[in-house]
Amino acid sequence: MTRQEILDELKKVLTPYTADKEALAKVDENTDLIKDLKINSANLVDIIIDAESKYNIEIDYDSADRMTNVGSCIDVISEKMGQGQV
Amino acid sequence: MSKRVVVTGLGVVSPNGVGIPDFLNAIQNGVSGIRFMPLYEELKFSCQVAGTPLFDWEGLRNYISEVSFYGLKARGIGYGLQAALDAWTDAGNQIENDETDWDTGCIFGNSIADTEAMKNVITRVDNKEVKKLGSRVVEQAMNSGVTSYISGRLGLGNKVATNSAACATGTQAILMGYEYIKHGYAKRMLVGSTEHVDTYVFGAFDSMRVLSRKFNDQPERASRPMSASAGGFIPGSGSAALVLEDLDYALARGAKIYAEVLGGSSNSGGQRGGGSMTAPAPAGVIRCIEESIRLSGIKPEQIDLISGHLTATLADKFEIQNWSTALKRSGDDFPFVNSLKSMIGHSLSAAGSIESVAAILQIEHGFVHPNINLEDPNPEITNIIGNNCLPTTIVKTDVNIVAKANFGFGDVNSCLIFSKFN
Repeated sequence: MTRQEILDELKKVLTPYTADKEALAKVDENTDLIKDLKINSANLVDIIIDAESKYNIEIDYDSADRMTNVGSCIDVISEKMGQGQV
Repeated sequence: MSKRVVVTGLGVVSPNGVGIPDFLNAIQNGVSGIRFMPLYEELKFSCQVAGTPLFDWEGLRNYISEVSFYGLKARGIGYGLQAALDAWTDAGNQIENDETDWDTGCIFGNSIADTEAMKNVITRVDNKEVKKLGSRVVEQAMNSGVTSYISGRLGLGNKVATNSAACATGTQAILMGYEYIKHGYAKRMLVGSTEHVDTYVFGAFDSMRVLSRKFNDQPERASRPMSASAGGFIPGSGSAALVLEDLDYALARGAKIYAEVLGGSSNSGGQRGGGSMTAPAPAGVIRCIEESIRLSGIKPEQIDLISGHLTATLADKFEIQNWSTALKRSGDDFPFVNSLKSMIGHSLSAAGSIESVAAILQIEHGFVHPNINLEDPNPEITNIIGNNCLPTTIVKTDVNIVAKANFGFGDVNSCLIFSKFN
């Protein structure tokens, strides 16, 4: 999967967790999950669980801590999918 | 100085009607909300019928944000949210609110937080999948879940607490809110209770052999308070909520006033003198009723209607005897008595608030709702009070004062006196 493909899928994962649909539509790699999408920090764990299920991967605690913006989410997801940096 | 407290908003999710208009129509016409539960037959329960609201779960999207709705599974919280927000808007308030409302608090009760949510926890943990539980479990498994969802949605900033007193919970929640306003600590309190009797809670009651089991093929006839053929209660689910308000505050904002809370009492028989974990001590019940009347500044002969606890067990006749002793009235000189449980079953913690909403609607619209399934009144009850006190069809009459009581496991009692607002 390309980074763009992962981003498109990630947007679907994020959808139920943000009320700000305008910000979600404009998402790019620099979008911060908490500051820009106003996602409740408690819900980050749910996003990780949903991403694990969607991509059939396991995200360890240290990797999860890195997932603060869209770009770092894509980094972690692609690493765990065994694709390394794409 | 002590304040007068009035009711300015109502909301309800009942087995026989969701929303005030449907519920009002149902209690006027004796509509049952008891339905057959195929799952309970499959599980070999003795009682296979239940009071279940016809609740539109997806409709909650109109009450809470999409983010909050996504992941909400606890039915009791859903019922409570809808009843509470309906009461709030019924009182003329807006739901959207960016500021904390320091003058308004919330007391909302329940018996047990969602056991189906806990089943999910137990299954995941036992399967070594704890990481998959996510962030939304604790807030729905905690007893204060419903209160937290309601107060968070509305930005309530005064006292926010969850009470639990078994079947006396709903009445007690209203009393606690009333006392808080009366003493000047809050201007408004959003009060009520919720209950979702899920399969596991239902099963635990079934095992106690206190549920009706002879009318599984005739669900609408299964709940029979005060009848000779009463054979146990029918568990029900639902919620109701009331907006209580300092009278001056309500008048200043031109609010519609449904009724006044004159007073009430909550006590325990101490599980002495005939009281136990499961049975109320007569002395406690009588004292609770007497104290409610005294604190309300009324005389027993002014009571027009008793909205009883009256679940359809052996305890019904003792309850009537206790009312008679406390009021020093009997025979035909006795208030009307009705039990909403004949239509909706016994919704445990939610019973007191749903029945209180029914009591206030009877004051507001001038009627006494029927006792359905009372074809054969228990002679041990009609030996104490006249047949005419037990209407089986609607009675259209002025209702000025209603006494509403509930009695719960743990020998806890709660009684409220509602009055037409003068």
